[in-house]
Amino acid sequence: MANPPPRHHILSVLVENKAGVLARVSSLFARRGFNIYSLAVAPTDDERFSRITIVVDVESSPLEQVTKQLFKLINVVKISELDPAHAVEREMMILTVKAEPGTRGQVIELVDVFQGRIVDVGHDELTIELAGPPSKLDDFEDLMRAYGIGALQRTGRVALPKLERTATRLRSIGKVG
Amino acid sequence: MKLNGGQALIKSLEMEGVEVVFGLPGGAILPVYDPIIDSPIRHILVRHEQGAGHMAEGYAHATGRPGVAMVTSGPGATNIVTPLADAMMDSIPIVVITGQVPSAAIGTDAFQECDIVGVTRSITKHNELVTSAQDIPRIIQEAFHIATTGRPGPVLVDIPKDLVDPNNPNSAMEWEWPDSIDLPGYKPTTKGHPRMIREAANLIAESRRPVIYAGGGILKARAAQALRELAELTGISVVTTLMARGAFPDSHPLCLGMPGMHGNYTAITSMQQSDLLIALGSRFDDRVTGKVGAFAPGAKIIHVDVDPAELGKVRRPDVPIVGDCKAVIDELIKAVRELGPQPDRAEWDTQLKQWQAQFPLHYEQGWGEGDALKPQFCIEQLRDGSPEDTIVVSGVGQHQMWSSQFWRFNHPYTWINSGGLGTMGFAVPAAIGAKVGMPGRTVWAIDGDGCFQMTAQELVTASAERIPVKVAILNNAYLGMVRQWQELFYEERYSEVYLSPDLPDYKMWAEAMGCVGMRVEHPDEVAPAIEKANSIDDRPVVIDFRVDWTEKVYPMVAAGTSNDAVILGPEMGEGGH
Ligand SMILES: Cc1ncc(C[n+]2csc(CCOP(=O)(O)OP(=O)(O)O)c2C)c(N)n1
Ligand SMILES: [Mg+2]
Repeated sequence: MANPPPRHHILSVLVENKAGVLARVSSLFARRGFNIYSLAVAPTDDERFSRITIVVDVESSPLEQVTKQLFKLINVVKISELDPAHAVEREMMILTVKAEPGTRGQVIELVDVFQGRIVDVGHDELTIELAGPPSKLDDFEDLMRAYGIGALQRTGRVALPKLERTATRLRSIGKVG
Repeated sequence: MKLNGGQALIKSLEMEGVEVVFGLPGGAILPVYDPIIDSPIRHILVRHEQGAGHMAEGYAHATGRPGVAMVTSGPGATNIVTPLADAMMDSIPIVVITGQVPSAAIGTDAFQECDIVGVTRSITKHNELVTSAQDIPRIIQEAFHIATTGRPGPVLVDIPKDLVDPNNPNSAMEWEWPDSIDLPGYKPTTKGHPRMIREAANLIAESRRPVIYAGGGILKARAAQALRELAELTGISVVTTLMARGAFPDSHPLCLGMPGMHGNYTAITSMQQSDLLIALGSRFDDRVTGKVGAFAPGAKIIHVDVDPAELGKVRRPDVPIVGDCKAVIDELIKAVRELGPQPDRAEWDTQLKQWQAQFPLHYEQGWGEGDALKPQFCIEQLRDGSPEDTIVVSGVGQHQMWSSQFWRFNHPYTWINSGGLGTMGFAVPAAIGAKVGMPGRTVWAIDGDGCFQMTAQELVTASAERIPVKVAILNNAYLGMVRQWQELFYEERYSEVYLSPDLPDYKMWAEAMGCVGMRVEHPDEVAPAIEKANSIDDRPVVIDFRVDWTEKVYPMVAAGTSNDAVILGPEMGEGGH
């Protein structure tokens, strides 16, 4: 996941909020040989549904087959493809980085530049929180590697279509009803 | 009305019009077996749960109604995994109910616990673990709806024991049969897009060498009559895939028979040379296309399927139409009529007739002293000695291909086999299921000796339940199809394919299971044995046909090669162009 997909699709999948739905979706990807780069699940404003945001690579996953196969799952209600060029993508990361007295100042400076936040402080380590476009997280991660990353977690991306001309950019692929 | 979950389950099955359940009880499903005693639903006690699953499939194939099987948790559930996968591949509507350990024990590795919902996720159209007795009627109703609509398929419902056990408070429920189904993510498209249908009609009108490529979807959609109308209206010839044998009468002048790996030369080659393939409920399976890149290179494609994921999965259609085959064909017929008369295709039709005359299916039965009995001869005798609407059920192997090739299927729903999964052991239980659904019809299982040994014990079920199926074992003493591949592609190095003609003694085995057993070794004995078998209607019959073990299935397109390279047989060499 560290390397962002060179060419990817972002699928926003509305599913029924039922036990096992995530397993159905992920095992479908495994079974059909589609690679998932990231996957994020969250409740929606309607408690009957959840939204799964999936990033898949273009190579292994012909978009049409992915969406059609996904749509065969009974609990999948709606699938939208978000064109990465016309979507707002965000991801969150927390990481622990070495920050000994000699380098601590530099690390803090970089956190500032990237508009991150220091959320925990140890003797010679800092835990940093950073949210933003996935590429910004990648850059920050690269920079921090020089200091020594202790632990790192990223949430996987969530995305929404950009607001202007939303209608033409959100290609609704498999809407039922 | 207050019921317990077990009663609610049985009542739900009754509400769905279920007349028969194939099953075998055990600890977790035990409470459901009590209310069954008082239900009008017939329960057929199988000897192995795989049998229950294939019986449900055979029943569904023959009747078009969903088959139902019920088994216990753990090993009962895992034993029915193969039929679920089989039904998934061949789009057979079945509903399987599995017992599960009590809710509180789930996840503890309790006795006979198995996460069958997890195991069968990718081999069911849908599955569901019930979490409250109150949900049972709704989930059963949804299961039947999902199994039978859109592209049909298997649905599994897993029910923890506490929800059906009257001694457990968790089983308490208030009976309520939902009056509508609410599945926001499931709304299959049945009507084809009118513009696409017009485009299809245009392509048909322009085509000079069209072929209708009819698949199992024709039978699922009960569209055989519509298909015939379309073919006759347009004068376009029809190939029927292994899953569609009988969907268009073999006796019809426009019928080209089966295409694919062991299809006949004309069916294969007509597709290769066509300029338009009208794929109706077929899915460009690798056994039909051979090497995909070389398949029907000059053909435009009209592809009709109720499952949108099939369109473009293997071959990109020029005109994709999502919809139920029957509904789409009916509309297509109208659109074709509007365009007026079809172009003159005499040249193509003459070519087809010429191929048929030049490259018929071929075998020779010798009648001399040492001449071995040919399996194809047995099938032809069986065909000619049995009622015209006999239902034929086969196993998987050479005997399956010969059955499909040499029987004449003139009615839909007379051919039942395991096409997609290729499940050895399918024939005997599926034949029993078919006979239960169609008790007035003669049902012949044509089985291999290898296949027979996998599920033969279900003939005990058939005897006990008085289900008079008939079984013809084409006993070639080998896993014949595998031997054929070893002969042709592994330099005759035979590895683990010999079975022996005498071990087991099939006649004695049949008799031990309460059937009439016969043995046939010479061509002269074939017809009389079949006549005798067809006259028996109070118990199952098994005939052990001792056939030529050297016989191979031809024509053949070797796996992964182009359909242009049809091997016609040892004496006829390679056809193609
Ligand atoms: C359950 C299962 N195991 C293995 C196979 C592979 N297989 C395909 S055909 C065949 C031989 C079948 O032998 P038999 O039933 O005697 O039929 P024959 O080919 O001799 O007519 C085998 C082993 C299969 N299809 N299904
Ligand atoms: Mg054999």
